Formats: sequence, C-alpha cells, structure tokens
Amino acid sequence: MPSNQELNMPQTLNKNTQSLRQFKKVCEILDRYDHDQAKLIPILQQVQHEYRYLPEEVLTYVATSLGLPPARVFGVATFYAHFALKPKGKYTIRLCDGTACHVKKSIPILEALYKRLSLSENKNTTPDMLFTVETVSCLGACGLAPVMVVNDEVRGQVTPEAAVKLVEDIIASEGSK
Amino acid sequence: MKTAVINLDQVSKEYIDAANKITRRVVICAGTGCVANGALKVYDAFLSETSAAGVDVVTELRAEETKGDLRISRSGCQGFCQMGPLVTIEPEGILYTRVKPEDAAEIVRTTLIEGALVDRLLYVDPVSGTRCTGTAEIPFYARQSRTVLKKCGHIDPEDIIEYIAAEGYTAAREAYTRMTPQTICEEILHSGLRGRGGGGFPTGRKWDLTRKQPGPKKYVICNGDEGDPGAFMDRSVMEGNPHSVIEGMMIAARAIGADEGYVYVRAEYPLAVSRIRKAVTDAEAMGLLGDNVFGTEHSFHIDVMEGAGAFVCGEETALIGSIEGKRGMPLPKPPFPAQSGLFGKPTVINNVETLASVPIIMRMGAAEFRSYGTESSPGTKTFALTGHVVNTGLIEVPFGATLREIVYNIGGGVTNDRGEVTGESFKAVQIGGPSGGCLTEEHLELPLDFDSLKGVGAMVGSGGLVVMNKQTCMVRMARYFMQFTQNESCGKCVLCREGTKQMLALLDDIIEGNATGHTLEMLEKLAIAVQKGSLCGLGKTAPNPILSLMRHFRAEYEAHVHQKRCPAGECKALAIPEIDPEKCKGCTMCAKKCPVGAISGEVKKPHVISAEVCIKCGACVAACKFDAVML
Amino acid sequence: MDKTFVNVDGRDIPIEGERNLLELIRKAGIDIPTFCYHSDLSVYGACRLCLVDIEGRGIVTSCSTLPEPGMKIRTKTEEIREIRKIAVELLLANHDQSCPTCPKSASCQLQNLARRLGIEEVRFKRTHTPAPVDRTSPSLVRDPNKCVLCGDCVRACSEIQGIGAVDFAGRGASSTVVPAFGKDLSKVECVYCGLCASVCPTGAITPKSEVDAVWRALDNPKKKVVAQIAPAVRVALGEHFGMEPGTVTTGQIAAALKAIGFAQVYDTSFAADLTVVEEANEFLDRAERGERLPQFTSCCPSWVKFAEQYYPDLLPNLSSCRSPQQMFGSVAREVLPEKLNVSAKDIVIVSIMPCTAKKFEAKRPEFKHDGIPDVDHVLTTQELGRMIEESGLDFKRLEPESLDMPLGFKTGAGVIFGASGGVTEAVLRYAVEKISGVRLDAFDFRDVRGEEGIREATISAAGKEIRLAIVHGLANARKVADKVRAGECDYDLIEVMTCPGGCIGGAGQPVSRDPNVKRRRARGLYDSDKMLELHKSQDNPVVTQCYAKHLGEIGGEKAHALLHTHYASRKRIADTDLDLLNGTDSDKLDVSVCVGTSCMVRGSQELLHSLIDYIEERGLQNAVDVRATFCFEQCDRGPTVSVGGNVMEKCTFERARKALEDALGKLNSEEVKVEN
Repeated sequence: MPSNQELNMPQTLNKNTQSLRQFKKVCEILDRYDHDQAKLIPILQQVQHEYRYLPEEVLTYVATSLGLPPARVFGVATFYAHFALKPKGKYTIRLCDGTACHVKKSIPILEALYKRLSLSENKNTTPDMLFTVETVSCLGACGLAPVMVVNDEVRGQVTPEAAVKLVEDIIASEGSK
Repeated sequence: MKTAVINLDQVSKEYIDAANKITRRVVICAGTGCVANGALKVYDAFLSETSAAGVDVVTELRAEETKGDLRISRSGCQGFCQMGPLVTIEPEGILYTRVKPEDAAEIVRTTLIEGALVDRLLYVDPVSGTRCTGTAEIPFYARQSRTVLKKCGHIDPEDIIEYIAAEGYTAAREAYTRMTPQTICEEILHSGLRGRGGGGFPTGRKWDLTRKQPGPKKYVICNGDEGDPGAFMDRSVMEGNPHSVIEGMMIAARAIGADEGYVYVRAEYPLAVSRIRKAVTDAEAMGLLGDNVFGTEHSFHIDVMEGAGAFVCGEETALIGSIEGKRGMPLPKPPFPAQSGLFGKPTVINNVETLASVPIIMRMGAAEFRSYGTESSPGTKTFALTGHVVNTGLIEVPFGATLREIVYNIGGGVTNDRGEVTGESFKAVQIGGPSGGCLTEEHLELPLDFDSLKGVGAMVGSGGLVVMNKQTCMVRMARYFMQFTQNESCGKCVLCREGTKQMLALLDDIIEGNATGHTLEMLEKLAIAVQKGSLCGLGKTAPNPILSLMRHFRAEYEAHVHQKRCPAGECKALAIPEIDPEKCKGCTMCAKKCPVGAISGEVKKPHVISAEVCIKCGACVAACKFDAVML
Repeated sequence: MDKTFVNVDGRDIPIEGERNLLELIRKAGIDIPTFCYHSDLSVYGACRLCLVDIEGRGIVTSCSTLPEPGMKIRTKTEEIREIRKIAVELLLANHDQSCPTCPKSASCQLQNLARRLGIEEVRFKRTHTPAPVDRTSPSLVRDPNKCVLCGDCVRACSEIQGIGAVDFAGRGASSTVVPAFGKDLSKVECVYCGLCASVCPTGAITPKSEVDAVWRALDNPKKKVVAQIAPAVRVALGEHFGMEPGTVTTGQIAAALKAIGFAQVYDTSFAADLTVVEEANEFLDRAERGERLPQFTSCCPSWVKFAEQYYPDLLPNLSSCRSPQQMFGSVAREVLPEKLNVSAKDIVIVSIMPCTAKKFEAKRPEFKHDGIPDVDHVLTTQELGRMIEESGLDFKRLEPESLDMPLGFKTGAGVIFGASGGVTEAVLRYAVEKISGVRLDAFDFRDVRGEEGIREATISAAGKEIRLAIVHGLANARKVADKVRAGECDYDLIEVMTCPGGCIGGAGQPVSRDPNVKRRRARGLYDSDKMLELHKSQDNPVVTQCYAKHLGEIGGEKAHALLHTHYASRKRIADTDLDLLNGTDSDKLDVSVCVGTSCMVRGSQELLHSLIDYIEERGLQNAVDVRATFCFEQCDRGPTVSVGGNVMEKCTFERARKALEDALGKLNSEEVKVEN
C-alpha cells in the first residue's frame, strides 16, 4: 500500500528537479557572460526566461556573483517593464495600447478581459495563476490594430467578444487536463 | 586567425547566374503584421501546393542546387499591412492581397501554371473602383519613393547572398579598402543626411566629431529601440533588410575608428531581433565582420542586445546606460556621446534608418542623394501611416512631400468612425508620436521636412503619422500621449517625473469636467516649464502634444473647461443625457425633476433635453421609469 | 598669467579652475540653489534648480557645464525663476507637510528653498499615496514621504562608502530610494554610518532619536544617569547655537548636561587613552611576532561591520580592542557602582557621540552583561542640542563646568581621536616612546594628519620603521583592504574611519553647508590637544591607576575581558536562501551549502552540483532538504557546508558525502526503511 508520502512523490520530485535545473541554468548563464557586470540586463532576461519571473533569492545570488550590491540589481529589475518580480500566469495576455490600437479601441477589450477575470490594473494575475493581463505599448503591428498577444502568439483585429471567447477556450482546455 | 577575404564580386556573380535561371518568383511578405495574419502558413501552403502540382521549386538560390525555374521566398514588410498577407509575383509585379493558405492552390494553378490572374485577390481601389494588378497601379504604392525600403519587401532578409548580389557590402568594402575616415565623413556630410530618429542632426558632422576624438577604443551603436507607439519603420527595416543596417554600421565604424558595435533592439520585436542576430552571424561566417575586415588591419565586432521594456532607452545616454547594465536614466549633455559615451569612450549612436541609408548614399553618391528631398533635408523618409485613414501601413516619401499627398493620395483619404470617406472628416495629423505636435488643415500644403515642421511647432520625430478624424477629441489625444510619456518617464528629474503626472491630472480635470479657469493657465505654465527645464528629450518633448494641441485647438479645450462640453462627443463625463424618443412615454417626470428646467416636451410626446442648459446632474436618468434617458 | 572670464549677470568673473559653472557662480557670491549637487559626489543633474541661461546655448544645468571663456550667463531670468518655482512646488505637492514636527525642520533645504524662492502657494495636487516609515534600524529613520529623489544618499553610499545599500527602484512617478527589495534597513548591508543622512537635503533619512529614552532615565528618581562626551562633539555642538565650528565648548557641555540632570559627566577621551595603551601594546606584540599584520584599527563600528560583511578573512587583522565608547562603558560598569554608591542596575550610561553607528554598536550583544548593556543610550550631537533647547538653557551663556573625575581625565592623545589620523598619531605617541625607550618630547606627528582619503606615512623609531596608512571613506578602505588581501602592500598599521574627515564629519553632527566645517572642527581638536597639559596616553595617571586597581596587566586576562572583543562574519542580506531540493520524509536531513562570494570563489558551486548529482544517483531525494544559502558567516574558512546542523568548514565533496551518509545511516538504523 503506497504511503501518502509516496503518492506525493511525483509532484515533489518534479519541483525538485525543476529547482535544481533552474539553479544550474543560472550558474551557466553567469558563466556564459563571464560574470561581467555590464551584462546584467541580458543575464536577467535569460534568468527570467528560466523562472518565468525573477525570484528575490535568485536576484541576490546574481548580485553576489557579479559583485554588485543587491540594491542595485533590484533597482535595475524594477526599472524595466519586462522584468517581473512576481510570478506570472501560465497565459500572459498582452494588449497593445499603442496609438493605432488605442484609436481602434483597444481599451474596451482590456475592460472586457478585466471584467471576465475579475482583474484590475493593480491585481493583474488571477489567483489560480492561469492568466496575467497587461497592456504593452506598441508592438509595431499597427496595421492589424487592435493587437493582442497571448504568450507569443500575435492576434490582430481583436474585439472584446473575441478576446473573452479566447479566455474561455483556454479555461475549458485547462480544466480538462 | 585571418580568414580569407571574401570575394564579393564572385559571390555576387554566382548568385546572379543562378538567379538568371529563375523565370518566376513568388514573394510572400513575412513582416510581423503579415505573420500575425498567418503569412507563414501561406508560405507553407505554397510549398505543399507546388509540390502536389509537381512543380519544381527553389527556396534558396545556390549555383549548384538550382533545379526548376520557380522561386518561392519570404520578404520583410511590404508596407500595405492592413491588406495582408501580401503575395507578390514577379516578374509581372502582381500583388495579391488578403491571401489565405487555402488560396495557394488556386494561385499555383491559375497564375503560376496557367498564367492568368486570380481577380478576387487583387486590390480594388476604393476611389476608382478598378482592380489593380500590381503596385504600379495602386495609389498607395505609386506615390511613394521606396528607397531605404526598396529591398525590404523584396529580398529574403535571411539570405546574405541575395544582399551581396545586389551590390551589398560593396560600399563597406570601398570604405575599408579605398577610403579614409576623413573622406567617408566628408561624403556623408555632403550628402546632407540628417538623423532619422527624431533629432535631425547632420550625421556626417556627428561622425566627424567622434572621429576627431582620441582613440583607440570607440563604439558604434545602432538605436533600434523604436518605442513611439504607432511607429514601426525601424522594425520593418531590421526585419526586411538587416544587412543594410550592418553595412551602415561597418561604414560608421570605419569612419570614426571603432572596432566594436552594438545593435540595441526592442524585445517587443522578436522577429527583428532574430533577423538581425542571424544577419550578424551570417556576416561573421563570411568574414565580413570580425578581425581584419576586408583584409585590412581593422576589426569590427557587433553584439546584439535586446531592450527590456523602457521607452526612455531610446534616448542615447539612457541607451548607453542600459548597455552598461544600469537603469536607463539619461545623463546631462554635455558631455555628448561623441566625446564620452559607452563606458566613457567616444561613441556614435545612429538610428536604424539613418544607418540603412548610408550604403545607399555611398553607392549612389552624395550628389544623387541630394537630388531627392529638399535643400535642408535631402533624401527620403519612412513614415508609419495609421489612424483614421483608408490605407494604413508603411510608406516612404521624399522630404518635401506635402501632408495632402500623404494623407489623401497615398493614404486614400480620411475615414469617419464608420469607415466611410466623406471628404470632410480630416481634423488633424499627429506627427512624431508622443514627442511630436499636430498638423491641421492649414498645414495640408506644407512640404514636410525637418525645418518646416520645426517652424510650425511640430517635428518629424521618428516618423509616426496618426490621422485623426473629426470625431476625435483632441484633449483626449493629448491625455493619451501624456499618459504614455508619464508612464515611460525614468523618474530622474523632478520636472518630468512630477510634471507629467500633474499635467495628466490637469488633463483629467478637463476631461472629467472639473476644470476651472486656472486649469488651462496652469497647464500651459507647467508645460512650458517642463519643456524648458527637463533633463532629456523625453521630458523636453513630453508637453509638445499639449502645447501643440492647445495652439491649434484652443477652442476645443475651452469648451471642455468653460462649457463642460466635448465638441467631438468622446468625453463621457461631459456627455449630456439623451432621451430615446422611442422609449419616452411623455410622462414629464424627468422635466419635473430637472433642477434647471432643461427638459421640454408636451405630455404624451417625446421630451428633449437642452444641451446648453443641462448641468448633467443625472436626476432625469434616475426619474425615468421607462429607461428612456441614457448617458 | 592671463585670466579668462565669464560674464555672470553682467559681471565679469575670472575662471580659476572651477569644475563647473555652479561653483564659479557661487564664488561670485550668487548662491545658486541645488538639491542634488554635492561637491564630494558625482554630478547627477536631476533637481533642475541650478539652471542658468547661457547666451547662444539656452537653459542648461550649471552643475554639469564647464566654464568656457566668453560665456554670457544669466542666473535669474523670468523663465528660470518660473522653472525653479514650479520644480519646488512639484516637490512640495507630494511632500510630507508636517514641517514643525520634523527633526530636519531647522536645516531642511526644501523648506529653505521654498522660502527663498518666495513660494506662497502650491498649485498642484497630491498624487502619491503615503508610504510607511522605516524605523527598524537602530541608527537611522527612513521616511520616503520626505524624499525628493535627489539621489545624494545613493551616490554617497556607493561612491564614498563603496556599499550601495540604497538605490533607486521603480520608474517614473513610482520611483523611490530603497534598500534591496524594499527591505528594512536593518536587514541589508547598511553599516549605519549615516553618510546618507548627512547628505540628505530633507528629512528623508535622519538619525534615530533616543532623547525620549534618556529623558525617562533622567526623570526616574531611582536612576543615576552619567554621560561620556566624545571628542568630536565638543568642537561641533556650539554650531547648533550659532557658534563657530571648531570652538571648544567642553565646559559648557558639562554645565548643560548637569543642568539637564546628569549626575556625572565624563570624557570618552579618557577611554581613548585606554584604547591607545591596549592597542599600541597589541600592535607592538604582533610586530614582534610578525603575526596578523597589518593591524587595522577597530574603533569605528561601521568599519567593523563592513569588515565583517566584506572582508571576514581580514578580521584577524583587526585590533581586538573595543572602541573608546565601549571601553568606557565596560570600565564604568566596573568602577562606578562603588564610586557612586549605586547598584549597577541603577546606573544609566549615556554617550554623546557625533555618530549614528555608535547607536548600533552599543546594542551589539557582546557588549551586554547580565542583561545590562555597557552603554545604555547614545545621543548624537544634534540630539543633545535639542535636549539643551528643550531645557530652555542659553548654551552660549552657560558658565563652563569641569568634567568629573576620575573618568573625565584625559590627555591630548585621547582628544585627537576625533580627526582622521588622530588615532594613528595617538598610538604613535605611545609606541614610539615605548620602542625607543626614550621619553618623547616632540609629540606631534604631522605626517599622518591631512584630508586626503588615503594617506601614507613612515615613522622611524630606534632604527625601526613603522609604515602607516590612514584611510577615511569605506570605498577607500576597500581599495586598501583589497591590496592587503592580495599581499600588495607593506603597511604595519592602518587606521580606518568611515566618515570623511573622521568622526568630526559624523552623521550626528550639526548639519552645515560650510565647505570648511570639517577642517575647522579638526583644527579645534588639535588646538585643544595643545592646550592640555598632557599629550601622551601613557602619561595619564588615571589610566595608570585604572590598570593598577581594576584592570591588572596591560593586555592581561582582566583587561581582555573588559576591553577587548571578537568579531564574526556577517550575512549581508537576510532571508534569501534558495530552496533546491525538498525531501518528503518526515525526518529529512537538512543540507545547506553556502554560495556567498567567498565560498563560491573557493568552489562551493561545484561542490553543490556534485552533492546534488550524488543525491540523485542514490535516489536520496526524499531524505533531504538541500538549500543554497548566503551565508554561513564563515567566509574566510569556506566552502562551508552544513549537514544536519553539523557545520563543516573548508569542506570538500568527499567530506560532505561522508557526512551525508553517516547522518542518513544513523537515521536508517533507527527505523526500518525501504528505499527504492
């Protein structure tokens, strides 16, 4: 009869393997850039790619490895919009609010998404960590305004209804997993 | 280790020989816009359909491999973004629009095999109603002078050999082997090339100033941090013709004496990033970049860096700070980067389009370059035409083209909110993005160039052109731009950091109907202080939309403030309630509740609210039992 | 020599090597306003107050513009005045408006500017939400609502102290100046030197006040409160009352303290004499054995914390002597109960210091015995000034009183401790006499005095050479410490002071805009030395008596217990362990490997990977929790690995593996387990 602990094993093992793999990756990234302080931003970009955000302990580790004060690394991480210090949802929805998209009514799409997922500007990730909704300024696909990107997929000429439907499709497919 | 010096002429000849065997070419636009609309699937469909039809296809031209005389390739942005995915067939110059993967079969059969047109995929000119076979007949294209963009929609941006075959890298070769830094600077100076990123500073002079600084370490940086919302010119050049940028950088490096260069690209442009990276790798593999360029004692290495989401990093000192691993906070100038730039060394920073223009100038010669454009602003400029206009997309015109030509001839006219062209919808054009100003009806005949625009309180900027129709509230537009700038302010200097926030608050007051007589006065004072006193270009130009819009549309501002009314009808807080005549039962409850007697109407007949008297208190909305009063 | 000129507001002013227009214009007698410009820091250019109009160039910041001959400059055009006003109003709109209750009220630059620029109303609304105040550190209080984001503290901490404990975070209107991750100051590498508070133009960072606690002690009839006055205080307190910097006011201070209710007033300089005796002997002892040289001074608590964080391998080189403040406390606790006829727990010892780090030092756990700290409270010069005002005393008109005996008797050597180079000179006055065996009459050692950040000197005594380095500012200390680490220098004794100029420049001193203030205060100390009868610590009869009656031999057991201390390496930032493996067994073993810089340099990363590979190979994942941690505070003896609480230094993979197996074996033998 397998013990409760053993039943939990796969999850913990997965988490452990992931933690180790990620940490090894961070060390590799630092080595690749020769621990060069000037390369802080590309290093953070790649570290974030690995963890999907920038955990505090990892930032401290990067700071110590590069010989930089942690306050400085924190300052850089909080300056650039791409760096996230809190975990993001599995699906990051970015809505373009560049001029062309704005003029073609991107805001109603944002409001529809906020309403459907009970989110706001201050709270933009759903509690089940499934969705993060953000605005981004100009993806340069202005001919397709309004533009919405889901993870890396670009969708053009979006409407509020289409956006909400997309979200519901994702919820359905995730629920069946 | 010295690699053998590449023989450009030989590579070129081999390619051209192979290309001569090709009788037909299908070019599928693979710029970000078309890709988002499925262009890559269209490309795959063409490959599978031609295979199914038993037609031999060449995707990459190499002398040994060529079998078949049909070539299918992808290109960078062809410019007519809203009509994408775009497929061009050469040599006929046929342009098919809105092509879906399902259409590939028909095109292969009808056009490639049978030689006829698929009419339903041709562009129909909304004005004349005619079907246009190719770009020569489409006003959007016909009126442009695609020079920098010439190759963008045509060549395969991932094929360095195709670039070489069209005289690519010959200007760089000339620069390294037969010219001196001084003569290069002179040539660019004579051409009159001015920075295309917004500053309009003479490129030749910038290079010469840097050239004169003591070495040995100097840098060349390509500023690909195009962050203006609504601008995608640089993106298209980087995606469509990345080697032109690299060649430009090489020539700049030779001119100033730099051995290291950076391309700084926004991470929001993943396709541009990957194309530039590939271009650098390919150029290195061919020995064009690296040690001993063209067999000389000079070396040049390029590193590609992705931005991390900060518009302010388009400012040169902030960009430099970013490359140094710091927060992107601008520095006071002087000292200028030419003197003390990256890591404290003399540095030239140029915009993507500027650099892409350099090989063109070197090949055609300064004199011929000057034949385009105006006296003070030679050459052409790319613009991103967007907004309430029929044809949106990427265009290139010579300096001196008028606003009318761009908006009406190329753009096809101004649309109202229902998408119709009525001929009376034009209100304004925002030029230069959030740092720019607006042009109004009185400027329609204005020839656009650096100096003429400055003269009317606007600027070329990076080239974003947003057309606005009469249903656009100018106050809201100013607020939109101010919010953008405020969000992107780095926070270093108090005027920009706090000033933009306060200007935003004042604009909100105006939009929400809370403004007083002082609001406009304060807004103007604050705007001028921020413009004069800020540390960097972002702060200095942040108030431009406000000042420009106040200058040209003061009446609209005053209507918001004094009459609490939005002439364009966009500001909800200032909208007066309306009574729906179909729901109104004429019960007069609303008229009785109205404290100012703004509602009139006979019993049992639909009532009407007077816009001038209404104070928007909402009592009528609450009073109506039939939901007939709406905001 | 030909002079070149610029024209400022119509007057020709010669260019005389000024670094920027701002300094030149100030020389011309026009006080250009500025927040972010500081002559000791790099140019920042953010406050936009120093704008001037240059003909042909437009409006530029004078702090970042070089003077060029022929420039026509106007400093107060209508445009510029308007911009300045708007800039200050913008700051005021979101600034904490409780000026009357702000400790910086008398010296706040923002308040000053608002008055000078004639601002009568703030035309802007508040747009920021107030942020919480950080009172967690023992030395400093951070109030982000008073910050004007001038960045002076950031640059001071980074450029002068080489630490960078605070930096800008966020962007645009949400920019703030915070420690890493927005943590409290007490959780990060801050060494409490307070240089940030010294350079802060507003009340955003201020020394933490202990005035209330001291009043409570004074009001308590059961307690006897005694004070020790640091050297640097006596030449600066007068500034609080409008006197010239450098005026020695020891007598008035004693009178004031007595009037406030202190039972006895003593002198830290007495304890400094003690420090000299102990430290000089320690030095001579090491020199004879050729061990643990160079010797670093240890009287500066910020330097000590700095060394514990960044140079733990050099901790053995630090003098083990306590600082004068703590030596005083220790001796006072020993001596006073009998002398004052009061039980130990009813004596409250208060030190008056120029320094904020001393507040931290007094709270170090090793300086507490039987629950009683050696020094109960530390008041900065500013706090004492306020207490004197609160008491209604007219400081300038007080009749000087003498300090109390015996702990108030000092020599000039003890007094000069407050200036950079003073500790070294005092030690030399002892050591040279001792080495040569001949009475030293010329007691000045001017070679070690000065203002440069790193100074060197060589003193000969009886044919022997003593090579000295005198450092102030921790960025300079880093340079010297790095050289020592690398074995690239030959010093015997190194004095380190954190504050520029030494203690006289401490963060607790009265705020001054006089660029010569430190020089004048130092001068006051050296003059005071001259006026005293005795100049060498060895000549202090009370010191001799103290050894005879209470301390025993110099450097002996009792002296060690009371006057010496030990150091330990320190974590730089709290709460940042990296969980790598989480076992599921109920009694899983805890394995931690340090990945702080020192350990990493010694190979802890590879050790960690090898250990993890080993654990995975053996399928032991459930039995262990593996963490990468910073830091074990044994940095000089790394790599450090802890297995089940057993901390191993200089650990190799083999040792760690064996420890792991042993520990798991023990667990296995206790229960029957089936591992797959």
